[in-house]
Amino acid sequence: MMLKQIFMMIWIGLLSLPQRLWLSLATVITIAVVVAVLLAFLSMSQGFRQTLGSSGSEDVAIILRGGSGAELNSVLSREQLALIETAPGLLKRDGASLVSGELYVVVDGIKKSSGTKANLPLRGLGPLGVAIRAPAITAGRMFIPGRNELIVGEALLREFNGFEPGSMLRFGATQWTVVGVFSTGGVFDSEIWSDLGGVQNQFNRGSSVQSVRAKLINPQAIESLRSFADQDPRLTVDIISERRYYAEQSERTSDLILVLGWPLSIAMSLGALAGALNTIYLSVSARSRDIATVRAIGFSGFSAFCGTLAESLFLSAVGGLLGALVALVFFDGLSASTLGGNFTQVVFNFSLSSDLFIQGLWLALLIGLIGGFFPAIRAARLPVAQAFGSR
Amino acid sequence: MTAKPLINLHAVSKSYEKAGHVITIFDQLDLSIARGDFVAIMGPSGSGKTTLLNLLGGVDRPDRGAITIDETRIDQLGESALSRWRGAHIGFIFQFYNLMPMLNAARNVELPLLLTHLKGRARRDHVMTALKIVGLEDRAKHSPREMSGGQQQRVAIARAIVSDPAFLLCDEPTGDLDRETADEILSMLQMLNRDFGKTIIMVTHDPEAARYARRILHLDKGRFIEAEAMVAS
Repeated sequence: MMLKQIFMMIWIGLLSLPQRLWLSLATVITIAVVVAVLLAFLSMSQGFRQTLGSSGSEDVAIILRGGSGAELNSVLSREQLALIETAPGLLKRDGASLVSGELYVVVDGIKKSSGTKANLPLRGLGPLGVAIRAPAITAGRMFIPGRNELIVGEALLREFNGFEPGSMLRFGATQWTVVGVFSTGGVFDSEIWSDLGGVQNQFNRGSSVQSVRAKLINPQAIESLRSFADQDPRLTVDIISERRYYAEQSERTSDLILVLGWPLSIAMSLGALAGALNTIYLSVSARSRDIATVRAIGFSGFSAFCGTLAESLFLSAVGGLLGALVALVFFDGLSASTLGGNFTQVVFNFSLSSDLFIQGLWLALLIGLIGGFFPAIRAARLPVAQAFGSR
Repeated sequence: MTAKPLINLHAVSKSYEKAGHVITIFDQLDLSIARGDFVAIMGPSGSGKTTLLNLLGGVDRPDRGAITIDETRIDQLGESALSRWRGAHIGFIFQFYNLMPMLNAARNVELPLLLTHLKGRARRDHVMTALKIVGLEDRAKHSPREMSGGQQQRVAIARAIVSDPAFLLCDEPTGDLDRETADEILSMLQMLNRDFGKTIIMVTHDPEAARYARRILHLDKGRFIEAEAMVAS
């Protein structure tokens, strides 16, 4: 019997919604905006994490100057590079260790989306560096050392102006030519590559490098490499697997996105909550005689409570779904770029997974639950005598 | 009429506090209404009609005294029990019909049956029987908006009788209707009293409406000042 009462109260409440169409619609839209904004942040964070988290390899070690933290801050000498080449645990090809000394310098680019300048990473690397990453050349060809030629990552080409194959670029005092486009998946697709010697010359870096990539015989061999470096006072370096390096970078930035995203969403949720409370209180007020009438007939206060709460949850669920759909249509797969751990742009795609979708709906339902709870208590306690008297 | 009254108020007192002042509505009020009676309660504004209606309908409680209806002390029932009791024993008829505008006539009439164990088909049968009694079986699917005031009040009467309650409590049932329609509604109440044995208590300002009752009780300042026996026409 109680269930029949509850269903009827829910039914009456939902059927009466058109009487409060605009107010209900305003609540739905407010909740939709909150959910859409939250999901935008979450999908941005997740997309960034996926891009960097899937970058790099477990069996590639990055060697940086001790305490430098990132490639941009690091510097290693030609002598140190030569020492690393003799370390144990490294994969060899034709008798030589697969070790790549690399430079990582910042150049300017113009964002297509905003027309603003942004820092882009130009990586100088040799044939072994290319071999370690094994990129696919998707347009044009590989650069030829000594000719100031560049190849650019697919994501960078998509997000920044002027990097199409054949384009001439000026970095510093030198003219460069884009001769190809590459893809490795992950963070390298946001980079520009050229030969190490050319970058060293044009950016006055002498024979120094900033980082060294070393291909290991297996992921565990990184310990041998660390022991080797620890025993040689000339090698004051940090050694970390490439995958972990990018994972840590992704955590810092994606955590920052979340630290911005959640408070903003919570602040907006409070606004939506106030809207929901107002709507449902007004609904209870508008339906007070109907509620009092069914209470007089014998319906329980609990059924009035459930009916009111259901109305709030219904509005918030519709708002949540709408917001999630908006996020899905406008944000999922959206390509964007932001500053990564090296103070250069990392291009990534927003990623709205089903988990995030559900998180958005939960937030909406939480707003509905709190927004409906107190008006529902008022509905349950409404004086039954209100059924009598004035129209 | 049986010897034992259906409704008995014994030494009922009720007062309200308003702006720091205690306003006494009833002080030691007694009232007996026999099963099968049709009583009109009249009186000027502020005489206590609404309070009496609320007390009899189990939507308000006395400060002191006993209210016994069909051998149940309703003043001693808890909130939930009182809700269930109202559903089982009273049919309410309101001045402004109080139909749910979003439900059709049949759904409105069905509402009290949702408090029973009746299944869907049995509920529909009961609804159609009630609508037939009030002459609206062909309007079951119509919404209240598609009906006149008199038809809406007949739907409200069908809703009041559908679960076969012991008595009907009517709050100015013709207060919103023209004379001719009011007479139809009052005749219908009279028929329910006469043919179906329903005990009816009707609060009204209208002396013409009161004439349809078997008895008229005049309430003034919380006291019944005279009782008038009518000959039911």
